[in-house]
Amino acid sequence: MDSLQQYSILILLLPLLGAVLAGALGPRLLKGATHWVVILAVGGAAYCAYQLFEVYTHLAVHTHEPVQLVIYDWIGMGGPTSWLTVNFRIDPLALVMLLTVTFIATWIVVYARDYMRHHHHPERGYERFFAFLGLFVFSMCALVLGGNFLLLYLGWEAVGLCSYLLIGFYYDKPAAAAAAMKAFLVNRIGDFGFGLGILLIYLKCGSLDYDYVLSSAGITALGDWAPGIALLLFCGAVGKSAQLPLYVWLPDAMEGPTPVSALIHAATMVTAGVYMVARCGAIFVTSEAVMTFVAAIGGITALFAATMALVQYDMKRILAYSTISQLGFMFLGLGVYAADAAVFHLMTHAFFKALLFLGAGSVMHAMGGIIDVREFGGLRKVLPWTCYTFVIGSLALAGFPMLSGFFSKDLILHQALEVQPLLGWLAVITAGLTAFYTFRMVLLAFWGPKRLPFGVHVHESGPWIIVPLLVLAIGAAGAGYYFHEKLPEFLVDMMTPFDVAFEHLPPGAVVHGLSHEEVGLLSGVVAIAGIAVAVLGYWIRPDWSRRWREESGWLYILVHNKYYVDEILATVLVRPLQQAAAVGSAVDRYLVDGLVWLVAAGPRLVGFILHRYQRGAMQGYGVMMAGGLAVIIFLVFIFARVLAAAN
Amino acid sequence: MGAMLLSLMIVFPLAGAILLWVLPAGRTSGRVALVWSLLGLILVGLVAKEALSGDQLARGGFVLESKLPWLSGATGSSIASRVEISYHLGIDGISLWLIVLAGLLSPLVIAASFTAIQERVREYYTLLLLLQSGMLGVFCALDLLLFYVFFEFTLIPLFLLIGIWGSKDKRRAAYKFFIYTVAGSVLTFAGILYYAYYAHAHGGLPMLTFDLPMLYQAAGSIPAGVQWWLFIALAAGFAIKVPLFPFHTWLPLAHTEAPTAGSVLLAGVLLKLGTYGFLRLSLPLLPLASVALAPTMAVLAIIGIIYGAMVAWAQQDMKKLVAYSSVSHLGFCILGMFSLKMAGVSGSVLYMINHGLSTGALFLMVGMIYERYHTRQMGQVGGLARTMPWLAFFFIFFTLSSIGLPGLNGFVGEFLVLLGTALSAGTQDDLAAGPLGFSYAVFAASGILLGAIYMLWLCRAVLFGPLRQPDHTPDTSRGLTTDLTRREITILVPLAIACLWVGVYPKSLQQSINQSVASNILHHQQTQAAAMGNVISPGDRQVVWQTVHGYSAVEAGDQP
Amino acid sequence: MAELSNYILVGALLFGLGVIGFLTRRNLIVVFLCTELMFQGVVVNLVAFARYWGNLQGQAFALFLLVIAAVEAGLALALVVVLYRRRGTLDSEAWNSMRG
Repeated sequence: MDSLQQYSILILLLPLLGAVLAGALGPRLLKGATHWVVILAVGGAAYCAYQLFEVYTHLAVHTHEPVQLVIYDWIGMGGPTSWLTVNFRIDPLALVMLLTVTFIATWIVVYARDYMRHHHHPERGYERFFAFLGLFVFSMCALVLGGNFLLLYLGWEAVGLCSYLLIGFYYDKPAAAAAAMKAFLVNRIGDFGFGLGILLIYLKCGSLDYDYVLSSAGITALGDWAPGIALLLFCGAVGKSAQLPLYVWLPDAMEGPTPVSALIHAATMVTAGVYMVARCGAIFVTSEAVMTFVAAIGGITALFAATMALVQYDMKRILAYSTISQLGFMFLGLGVYAADAAVFHLMTHAFFKALLFLGAGSVMHAMGGIIDVREFGGLRKVLPWTCYTFVIGSLALAGFPMLSGFFSKDLILHQALEVQPLLGWLAVITAGLTAFYTFRMVLLAFWGPKRLPFGVHVHESGPWIIVPLLVLAIGAAGAGYYFHEKLPEFLVDMMTPFDVAFEHLPPGAVVHGLSHEEVGLLSGVVAIAGIAVAVLGYWIRPDWSRRWREESGWLYILVHNKYYVDEILATVLVRPLQQAAAVGSAVDRYLVDGLVWLVAAGPRLVGFILHRYQRGAMQGYGVMMAGGLAVIIFLVFIFARVLAAAN
Repeated sequence: MGAMLLSLMIVFPLAGAILLWVLPAGRTSGRVALVWSLLGLILVGLVAKEALSGDQLARGGFVLESKLPWLSGATGSSIASRVEISYHLGIDGISLWLIVLAGLLSPLVIAASFTAIQERVREYYTLLLLLQSGMLGVFCALDLLLFYVFFEFTLIPLFLLIGIWGSKDKRRAAYKFFIYTVAGSVLTFAGILYYAYYAHAHGGLPMLTFDLPMLYQAAGSIPAGVQWWLFIALAAGFAIKVPLFPFHTWLPLAHTEAPTAGSVLLAGVLLKLGTYGFLRLSLPLLPLASVALAPTMAVLAIIGIIYGAMVAWAQQDMKKLVAYSSVSHLGFCILGMFSLKMAGVSGSVLYMINHGLSTGALFLMVGMIYERYHTRQMGQVGGLARTMPWLAFFFIFFTLSSIGLPGLNGFVGEFLVLLGTALSAGTQDDLAAGPLGFSYAVFAASGILLGAIYMLWLCRAVLFGPLRQPDHTPDTSRGLTTDLTRREITILVPLAIACLWVGVYPKSLQQSINQSVASNILHHQQTQAAAMGNVISPGDRQVVWQTVHGYSAVEAGDQP
Repeated sequence: MAELSNYILVGALLFGLGVIGFLTRRNLIVVFLCTELMFQGVVVNLVAFARYWGNLQGQAFALFLLVIAAVEAGLALALVVVLYRRRGTLDSEAWNSMRG
């Protein structure tokens, strides 16, 4: 076994082992020390991911060719290519994802040690939580390491499961249980399309390995079906990455513990859709319309979610909508052939959004579980570490120049303005809104007069929480500058199909408007303007924001109620389905079973007529026997007569 | 030894039943039955080991065969001299795993009944052992009449189990179950008789034989019109047993009223008699009709998948919900089978086993809840995850297995069934185009979504939310504890391991399954061609054989 | 030597008496005796025909029947005793649980 194989297997096995140990030994043996198992396991996976990266880059310094590792035969499909294997594909995209996931996960697990211990559900489920985290890291790594579509689907569903388990972590809260179910089911709606896409791929290609399907031979085999398949796959991405119209699960998913929100619903799992589209670029670029569709969904979702974030008061929910919005940016990037920018944004977003969620968790931790910004304010003085790391994350999210979000967003905006100018300008507006709502939240929570919820003893969190915040803050600040040239270079292989398709766009499809520098300037100005408006409205002249709210009237109500999307979905989708189920149940009881009853009614009628002759008295039967015999003899005589007469 | 092994395996539980009557009645009956049943499981293991050793299965026929004359006419009168009914046993890769499933579930349900069954204990375990015998026998029988005898034999113990140890409406459930299934299977019986007669009179068989391998050879010579009627006759019994929509209404009632062990064996093994019957009899014996009627069967199966799921969602009774989920799941089995492609049929066989494992486990757990709370209503219990973490763990585990989470068993079968269905219309595998197609797969795939809805609904109602339980519960008499006892955990663990194993490494099963499925499909292709007047040349045969086999380098001449 | 018809007539008479008794009497023991009477009517027939044809098959069969009847009588009377113990009466009307 070469070292690539060893490391890639270890990346999967360590978190799984950690999860199993935490789950099996946690409640009895490890108890309060359970976190060590998982911290070591996930940290070990991160180390292995780094080693894998080292080995890989030394293997293929010049080529960046993907390496395919076959582990074992999995499912027999019948036919000549009979075994679908469990295989890994190690290439730059997978490595970027692996490093991001394991690195961020490590710090989140560290953070969870203190957070879960002192949180408002003391003791209970501590071990369970860490077991789930380990399971999640395993699933996510399987998702990005897998070398065929079925493993992708495996990881895809497995992270969905972890999300289900973790959202429903406080299972005796009805809201949490409902949110968990909603998350799983909404994802399954997307997976329905995703699964059909995978079936079609096999139907057309006779294989599910990336190596073949994404090669030119595979794309040729897909033929005219490629755009349709791309759309079906995109269904899955829409569900998993919370895009319109399937985004509804993500805000509710904030019922889970905060580290979960950070890890799953911001930094890693929700970006699986982005990863998948980037991975399957060769299929998506076969049709310009599909790419436009992806870009449009992304662009519109970004704006839509950003408007909803404007008026929320729950810090975690603001961040959730912001996540949806940022994922929209990533899809916009993919749709305008800037996949490297999208993956770059995925990475920087992972840093700053994890940081923001953990910061919000730290606030929640200090406030005794309260997270509504109307309940507190001016926390700058009491939670200095949390505050300043949170500000760094916010600046990165807002796209403040030279912080990580700036670089990646800038790349996306630039290309969007060229390929889809309309969506590009929408995205610029969204960037402004992003800066505004982010700082609205920061200012409400940390600036202004100090307000605390009644009876809360405020304290800054301990090192287990502060250190991850600091590490992620460094990432959020520096990752953009550090990687903004290296990453696109590293991902050049992944970009090939996108670049080729971009080159072949019909003349006129690409507008050469603004140069790179100009877009940078524009987005910087927009970000600062958004921040400035927020500062004006929520710090310098708080009465202004009140006036804005009052003057916007019905618009405010509409947005505040999240455009009533949940209500609309409930009315047009959930309730009819439920009613159909009830009707089905009645049909089964009365119609289907009624038919059976009807069939049985024939014999029952005969029995009803005859039963009175079964009197149960022995002599009665004797009489009937004798009578019957007589009748038979009589008939035989008649018959004989008739026969004789006929002859 | 090999030849006797199957008979020994079948008779062994029967001997146990007799032993129970010899020993004094009382509390020990359960333990004796458990030990005996475990010994039976060891025998099953021996059978599996024997069957899988060497490359016997790769030849595509039956292994561990034994054949004794049973009712061969020797008296000299005209027809009877040419009748051959034999005690013919043998298994292949398909029946092997169903036998393993039956052998595994039997000791588990016996162990699961220790606290639940408090009266007529000895009779109860006797019937369970009898049922075990019958279940093992039906999968081994290679003679149509023997098959039918075992097929019907399984009814009697289950009828009594439901009727005596069931809950409130047990009588009605038992009668409905019995009469409904018998009403169907008498038609099957008529079909079997007519098939043997026709194969003898017009199919060129030298005698009136019920021997399955011999009848397979005559399958090509039966005209389509006759096949059509015979298919309907056979399907009458099998479709009710499966149960295929709209013949399913006995199932929820029987499941709800049966004692836990009855529900588990009914769902786990007995429903598979129907699908197994289709696979073992209808498909190879009636190749033309099974192609012609495949779309009908598939449509019924898909209606079953969607309808079963919807109705399951509307249930308030946990057991009923799981019962309707069986209707939905078995639809997948039928669908995959009638795709007539390797992936579909292989997936269908896997699905049978998977359904036995996960639904069996779910019934076991509903039983465990019932024992403690004396209710099956979802509205009356809730939030059990708090007081019963072990139950919650297993419940979620098997729920996930049931809704096809990749990495667990359900997914493999579901995926292969859908794949086979989608592939069916094509000829990528160089075989004749099958009767189904991608559009069927689209509708069936909605089962993936609907299945998740009702199962998670159940989980949420029972496990999550604030704790809710009827007064004076949980009942912790009879050695029960609030959470699962060690005995109950020990029952669920083997099932969980099996689920995980099938999900992670299905190859261990599929290797042998696919070999038999391949020979089945090859046979189907051949008889289909023969019936349409084309003769497959030995060269073509070789091609087809290698195509379906793919991985196996066995010569074409070795298969049946 | 008497005519065959005489024997058959006796047999038929015995059988007829048996039938009438079986249908009209209520006492289980009498009812049982009547069935025996019918039996004997048949046996008379068998023996008569054996004589008529001049072979022994009918007589052998008659002997066989007598043994069976004896065994059956033992069994049936035992049953009657059991039934009597259960209900304290020999009235056949008391046993009608097979009533539809």
